[in-house]
Amino acid sequence: MTQKTTTKTKFGIYGGQFVPEILMPAIEELTAGYEKYKNDPAFTAELDRYLADFAGRPTPLYHAKRLSKAYGVKIYIKREDLVHGGAHKLNNTIGQALLAKYMGKTRIIAETGAGQHGTAVAMAGANLGIETVVYMGAVDMERQRMNVYRMYLLGTEVVPVESGSKTLKDAINDALRDWVTNVENTYYLIGSVVGPYPYPVIVRDFQTVVGKELREQIMRAEGRLPDSIVACTGGGSNAIGAFYPFLDDEDVDLFAVEAGGSNLEVTGKAAYHSASLCTGELGSLHGAMTKILQNKYGQILESSSIAAGLDYAGVGPELAYLADVGRIKPRNVSDDETLDAFFELSRLEGIIPALESAHAVAYVKKAADTGELGNVVVINLSGRGDKDVYSVAKREGFESL
Amino acid sequence: MNLKDKFTELKTRDEGALIAYICAGDPTPEATAEIVHALVRGGADIIELGLPFSDPIADGPTIQASIERALDSGMNPDSFFDLARSLDADVGADVPLVVMTYYNLIFKRGLEKFVSDCVKSGITGIIVPDLPVEESEDLALQCRKYKVDLIFLIAPTTYPERMKRIAENGSGFIYLVARIGVTGARDDVAESTLSLIDAVRSTTYTTTPLAVGFGISTGDQAAAIIGAGADGAIVGSAFVNIIAEGAGADVPERVERLARELKAGCSRRPR
Ligand SMILES: Cc1ncc(COP(=O)(O)O)c(C=O)c1O
Repeated sequence: MTQKTTTKTKFGIYGGQFVPEILMPAIEELTAGYEKYKNDPAFTAELDRYLADFAGRPTPLYHAKRLSKAYGVKIYIKREDLVHGGAHKLNNTIGQALLAKYMGKTRIIAETGAGQHGTAVAMAGANLGIETVVYMGAVDMERQRMNVYRMYLLGTEVVPVESGSKTLKDAINDALRDWVTNVENTYYLIGSVVGPYPYPVIVRDFQTVVGKELREQIMRAEGRLPDSIVACTGGGSNAIGAFYPFLDDEDVDLFAVEAGGSNLEVTGKAAYHSASLCTGELGSLHGAMTKILQNKYGQILESSSIAAGLDYAGVGPELAYLADVGRIKPRNVSDDETLDAFFELSRLEGIIPALESAHAVAYVKKAADTGELGNVVVINLSGRGDKDVYSVAKREGFESL
Repeated sequence: MNLKDKFTELKTRDEGALIAYICAGDPTPEATAEIVHALVRGGADIIELGLPFSDPIADGPTIQASIERALDSGMNPDSFFDLARSLDADVGADVPLVVMTYYNLIFKRGLEKFVSDCVKSGITGIIVPDLPVEESEDLALQCRKYKVDLIFLIAPTTYPERMKRIAENGSGFIYLVARIGVTGARDDVAESTLSLIDAVRSTTYTTTPLAVGFGISTGDQAAAIIGAGADGAIVGSAFVNIIAEGAGADVPERVERLARELKAGCSRRPR
């Protein structure tokens, strides 16, 4: 069975709790808190209400006719770009922020790469009246300026991270340091299926709403399951959220598309990509054993990608496990292929995708005529591209924006 | 010399141990050797050498910067063990060396190779701040096989059940984290630190020495900690601050002077 775990905290050899002792009691408290509330009727009722009335769920499953025609397969798009805030991230932040409230925590901290998770944390925090602090790499702040201002508008303190590569990995480091320092009143609201157990499970569970809806919707539309589901993968939360309810359906192929960056080369210090599932090696990063980008000594490489939200040297441990056992298929597309897809989806369907999500579209374009994807394909469109408009315009020479 | 013999020797002299941390390779391996010699001249009893890792989540800004300088100077696990071997030849007969590093560097080298490299280069103990007791079984196995001490941390958040488990699994000394937070120099000693020492003793009945670290930078703080019953004081950021400030030639002198002040504190038992 693909979901079998060797221990309570691990997926096969992946996962675990590689964190400072100071955090272990908090992690145990979180584990107990989640167990207590995840099936609590008051908690789930409140969460469902938030997902419906605040997040705007269910999101549509949309038959993309012109894209289907262009790529030669029948394509459905799961519209996570329509979730409040513009990405799937709110599914998780609402869930965890509510959990924080039920657990009596008065302060929420988070890391963010693209700023989508940070914005979703800010929205949840503002709505629930909980103080929020978001760590963001200085490089990411520059390329995702709109989201920085959105967080500010929502009343969140955004702390620039100047260490290391000044991107997501360093933001997680600083968020962990904050948690180590303020562990008594603070809830660390992690943004993807990464980090120490139980985070990979908690985030997956809150994102599984995507796959559950998708399953019903495709049955209604097609009378059968899709041949494949394609999702972009940074840490992997939108991917596992879409995949999870299909894990036992062996006929549904699940494609996790990583950021191939400019190429798949590495130096001793940096990778020109973020394809940790495709190219990473076993190691521990941010509390979990997983596939990571590292040099021969085990130093973590600085990753890169045109999409800030995928620009990370690790990946969720459950995805690493599912890749090893052959249940999901790791793939990657380059920055250039992603940009082509970004424009194509915009022009053919009137949907401007997030650069992260455009990776999934790009892979469908690339693989459609190989037959690998089958005839009915679902793209999980994890977010909308408003946040990327400025940086793409700049790249294209529209300096006046 | 190993940690057990060192603590026994100090006990007969009724002194607390001064355990000095610096990051190997900050700013160069040669400078590290000079600073270690200065620490030993100043009275440091145990040297804790940092093996720099790219993502040190338990360290505050002072030691993060030190680690970055060391990585920039090219320090890596191979050159680390070379440096340790030469330091062991110089000071190892009287002063135990321990390594502090993050788990991925150990894991990547191979647990057995890492531990046997420690033995070959005279390192007698290993501290891994991101390895809680739950995840330590594989490394502990190698440490037992090669008779290297695996040193665990106990934090102010650690509750009695965990204290017991940690005390049962660790050896060499137990590293008590003086306060909630990351590494970094402070100028007082929290009341909670003093009660943590008591709590660990009365909960675990352990005979393993207790050393207190995180935030100690003055002789008075060291004296307070030893006075409260600790067996050692661990000082890192205060030394690293001197290294960070000084491009000048007086870094070893200043390090030696601070070590002397701290060691005097460790030897002052206000009982
Ligand atoms: C729109 C969007 N998609 C995907 C991701 C990547 O995260 P994950 O792989 O966890 O879905 C992000 C992260 O910021 C994002 O903003």
